[in-house]
Amino acid sequence: MKKKTKVICSLLLAAAVFVLLYIVDINNTGNSMLATVLQLGAIYALVAVSMNLLNGFTGLFSLGQAGFMALGAYTFGILTIPVESRGMVYYLYGINDVLANAALPVPLAMIVAGLVAAFFALLIGAPVLRLKSDYFAIATLGFSEIVRILIGSSPLNTVTNGSLGLKMIPGFSSFFTPFLISGFCILVIVLLLRSSYGRSFKAIREDEIAAEAMGINLSKHKQMAFIISSFFAGIGGALLAMFLGAVTPTTFPVKLTYDILLIVVIGGIGSVTGSVIASFLVVACKEWWFRFLDQSMYIGAFHVPLLKSGFRMVVFSLVLMIVVLFFRRGIMGDREFSWDGIAAFFRRLFRRNRPALSGADLPAGDERNGGDGHE
Amino acid sequence: MSKTVLAINDVTMQFGGVVAVNDLSMHIDEGEIVALIGPNGAGKTTAFNVITGVYQPTNGEVILDGKTIAAGHPTGKIKKIYAGGHNGEYTKSVKNTPDKITKLGIARTFQNIRLFKNLTVLENVLIAKHMRMKANLFTDTFMLSHKEEKRMREDSLELLRIVDLYDVRGEIASSLPYGKQRHLEIARALATEPKLLLLDEPAAGMNPQETDELTAFIKRIRDDFKLTVFMIEHHMNLVMDISDRIYVIDFGKQIAEGTPAEIQNDRRVIDAYLGVAEDE
Repeated sequence: MKKKTKVICSLLLAAAVFVLLYIVDINNTGNSMLATVLQLGAIYALVAVSMNLLNGFTGLFSLGQAGFMALGAYTFGILTIPVESRGMVYYLYGINDVLANAALPVPLAMIVAGLVAAFFALLIGAPVLRLKSDYFAIATLGFSEIVRILIGSSPLNTVTNGSLGLKMIPGFSSFFTPFLISGFCILVIVLLLRSSYGRSFKAIREDEIAAEAMGINLSKHKQMAFIISSFFAGIGGALLAMFLGAVTPTTFPVKLTYDILLIVVIGGIGSVTGSVIASFLVVACKEWWFRFLDQSMYIGAFHVPLLKSGFRMVVFSLVLMIVVLFFRRGIMGDREFSWDGIAAFFRRLFRRNRPALSGADLPAGDERNGGDGHE
Repeated sequence: MSKTVLAINDVTMQFGGVVAVNDLSMHIDEGEIVALIGPNGAGKTTAFNVITGVYQPTNGEVILDGKTIAAGHPTGKIKKIYAGGHNGEYTKSVKNTPDKITKLGIARTFQNIRLFKNLTVLENVLIAKHMRMKANLFTDTFMLSHKEEKRMREDSLELLRIVDLYDVRGEIASSLPYGKQRHLEIARALATEPKLLLLDEPAAGMNPQETDELTAFIKRIRDDFKLTVFMIEHHMNLVMDISDRIYVIDFGKQIAEGTPAEIQNDRRVIDAYLGVAEDE
């Protein structure tokens, strides 16, 4: 497929997504479930892609994403709660004098949120990245818990407001904000993965010893991937804080990391497209499509058994087990979305169907029709 | 008189009580093809690992183009149980990680092929070019250095053309036949622009025809890339055919050095390595 065609296709796709979102937006009266799921899905997509950068592309199995999100969310919250309402938020413990008047506009605060998360990644990176596979996972998991507990601990009450958490964090100014920010960040990650540095990350995933023998500085490149991943997790945390409007230490339990890991696994480890698709699917299933399982239901006079509060998670877990057992490579495996891939898919589809439809095989014509049909 | 590219002086590598390489000294001159042979477990690969920075030598030094790239002397626990020679002669301690050694101009291949299996042939070569890149993370991500990237691609494709892998450049590395994978591993090592190429059993698992091809291939790249080649090999045909000089080691110790003809008639080598003297 020609480059020009691809660009046109991409622009059309972007326009279509925009129009769809616009339709959702104008039909959004009050609390539409669809709008909520889409926004949350976009936020999770960013965090999942950031985790995939580390787990899927660099081969470092990290479980610290929730910790970095918490760092981002709290940094963002502290810097953006309107100064006049800070007395109300910190009514119990008071607020640290330095922070009382420290306020930044939303975009800047978001970048600072990412930078704080990245800074902590830099701090713990040197010791933690020396560990291999499982031990690295345990260490990052521990870090994530330490962050959560520190945030809720009393010595930091005047900074993080302890277990009361932060409230009145400004929300999204427009329905499109999370999509734009998340989309832009994912685009940056995709560009990174396609660069020479991205290739080196993949080399480290494939074979550390060979990568090092090819002149790739392992510690430097691992550190890089870790910091970048944390930076975007921090921005994801900030987006989540905006979405929720309030954060407490319990917003970022270990379970959050597992949720994101699930998205990565279901989407396919090593596929950005997979992570994005899976994050919308998983969020929709969890928050929306499986909701009916939580309510007791009657079909005629028959009381459907098992359906009660919490059953949704049981079914969700079952679905996950099925995915992990039978679709181990996830939705996308390690493939990515590409127009060439789509074209090839349609061509195969046409080739398979044509003889069945016409009863005659026209190999040459088939090829052409298949191609034309898409382009 | 050609100049020495690599000099290994009195290198001993001891792991606990096991002396894997014992008091080894070698020199490799510019443009030579030198082979290192010896029975299984003689310490050949350990010697390679010392040269490429995987291990720091327990004692002795490794010099590349007059620059010490690795050196060590017994310290700590090993000091009491040190069993090698030249104790106390070396006082320097130089440690370079493998990536730095590669940057200094030594590239290697592995005994068991270590390609980036799920990446394409072209990507495998591009990765080896990464370390010579000037662009930083930022300019590279936002494609501000696309000229350099383009040049990298052209260079890599050119290299693939030379080593006859151009036609399979888009294939996944693990899908190549065995012989081609070996070639690719050598091509990848060449992409790091080395002065010295270390080949660890390049002909392992190859049939005679593939081995002959490899012999021609190694000679060709030596001339085309003005390389010096140092190789470990078990295929005697290949070794005798290709080498300018041969080092023989057994139990970590050097037992002979010389041209292929000399080695073939060396009593100690026949006794220790070929083991055909028993029935005489």
